[in-house]
Amino acid sequence: MKFKFWGVRGSIPTPGPATVKYGGNTTCIEITTENNDLIILDAGTGIHPLGQSLLKKLPVKAHIFISHTHWDHIQGLPFFPPIFIPGNEINIYGGLDPVTNEGIERALGVQLQYSYFPIREAELNASINYSTIKPGNAVTIEETKITPTLLSHPVLNFGYRIDSHGQSLFFTGDYEPIFNIYLPEDSEYEEYQSFIDQKQQEIALAIKGIDVLIIDSSYTTEEYAFKQGWGHGTYASAIKLATEANVKKLFFTHHEPTRTDDQLDAIYKQLKKENPNLDFEIVLAKEGCDFFT
Amino acid sequence: MPSIHNKELIAFVEKMPAFPKSVQRVVQLTSDINAPAKEIVRVIESDPVMTVKILKVINSAFYGLPQKITSIQRAVVHIGLNTIKNLALSVAAMGVLKPTNKAEFNTQDFLLHSLTTASICRLLAEKLNVKSSECSDFFVAGLLHDFGKIVFAEFDPDNFKLALEKSAEENISLHDAEIEFMGISHAQAGKILAERWELDPILIDAIENHHNSKNNSQLKDCIFTANQISKKLQFGFSGNPIIEENSEELIPRFNLTLEDLIVSLGDLTPIKSEALSFINS
Repeated sequence: MKFKFWGVRGSIPTPGPATVKYGGNTTCIEITTENNDLIILDAGTGIHPLGQSLLKKLPVKAHIFISHTHWDHIQGLPFFPPIFIPGNEINIYGGLDPVTNEGIERALGVQLQYSYFPIREAELNASINYSTIKPGNAVTIEETKITPTLLSHPVLNFGYRIDSHGQSLFFTGDYEPIFNIYLPEDSEYEEYQSFIDQKQQEIALAIKGIDVLIIDSSYTTEEYAFKQGWGHGTYASAIKLATEANVKKLFFTHHEPTRTDDQLDAIYKQLKKENPNLDFEIVLAKEGCDFFT
Repeated sequence: MPSIHNKELIAFVEKMPAFPKSVQRVVQLTSDINAPAKEIVRVIESDPVMTVKILKVINSAFYGLPQKITSIQRAVVHIGLNTIKNLALSVAAMGVLKPTNKAEFNTQDFLLHSLTTASICRLLAEKLNVKSSECSDFFVAGLLHDFGKIVFAEFDPDNFKLALEKSAEENISLHDAEIEFMGISHAQAGKILAERWELDPILIDAIENHHNSKNNSQLKDCIFTANQISKKLQFGFSGNPIIEENSEELIPRFNLTLEDLIVSLGDLTPIKSEALSFINS
């Protein structure tokens, strides 16, 4: 399968001269299967230029999988031009919010309100279908299987595994590896750690045998010391997971919004220096390039 | 014989608020961005209403978990602290359980009994060398074993009052009196609710059978015994005057009499004082 990043930035779009190389749009990944099925992972601002590119290929049939409903992963949805054009079919998938008990339809509905947007949901001309999906229950589109896994973030977040024609890719959405909330001297420490270990095994199983891992690696290890609990991973935690999963290629994404192109290049150089013997390729996700699994 | 309609019972509990101190603490802790995660977990797991409401959400089929979640700690690992925090806040937003009710059932004494039973249940599990990954399940089972009573006090206070009075006057077990006046015992009501909320079958079974001393699992034995110890030491009161164990008989799983078992557990008063710190404002 072919995939392309349309948005690699975390939290907020960051246009400007310092982000020209890697891009300033928030998360959006386009996947095209061998059958030409279109799968879109997340609908950050990157989905706007993706939508523009699709206008040459009408009618559009798209399957949009939302990892979670934080703004930077849904804010491009009202600006995805295919939703306004009759004859297009847009299928949106995501989880049930445990706090509000609402399905994924809220991701678009909440934005299409009078105060925030001029067009109401009823006025969209494409056929729009919502599917609230459950972790572990795969969605099948032709010969492609998309399986959600619950991953730790300050809101319900799905990582998605895509298996298609013998190749596989896993995208974490936003993900912070779970840490122990107790100190080693607390009586609850050991028990809590055993829960974490069980959850890690579940994640290991979900990513077993994948070719490509696209992972939230917002921070350096030094930065993370001040950002624990914010819901994002580090370059080091990404390399650790990729090593355990024995992947072929690792993509770092969700670049920290204040990070410039030069800083990203410097981080990459440092990572190569610190990890000279990796069995897989490491890549900084960058807007606009085509990759193949 | 009157009987409770399950649907009404379930709908009623949906709207039931949590205990005052935990509501107050949840509001405080969720307003402090630096509040320690373990503090939030402790507050939630010291309130049976908050605990069941969170377990209910997380065990729903929508999260397709490979195994049932039986404790708040497990819930935090699976779905994240912020979601649990916000779930607790949504329970807090329902208001607080009134300290007095028409049944004249003392909710503070009830909570003290539930909390001390929970802690003793975990102690007994440790004594039986239960795996550390399962000890919090024992705590939750102890916390929830009498959940049906607080529901009765709110849902059907007139009949529950009659049951409490008869149990006290005639020195008979409260669950028998409940069946006479309400057609259902708190253990059965707890089971109906726990089933509806898709809780772990082991937990459902333990709630249903916590007065059954025979043919038990490790969890049931621990709840049964912890319940008797809490009553014997008068840590709070949950309306039942009967201690269901002849102190001269050996408790099979522990091979000790109830009194010897209590002695073997050491000083249990810190359990009571700790529980009280979660109850009193």
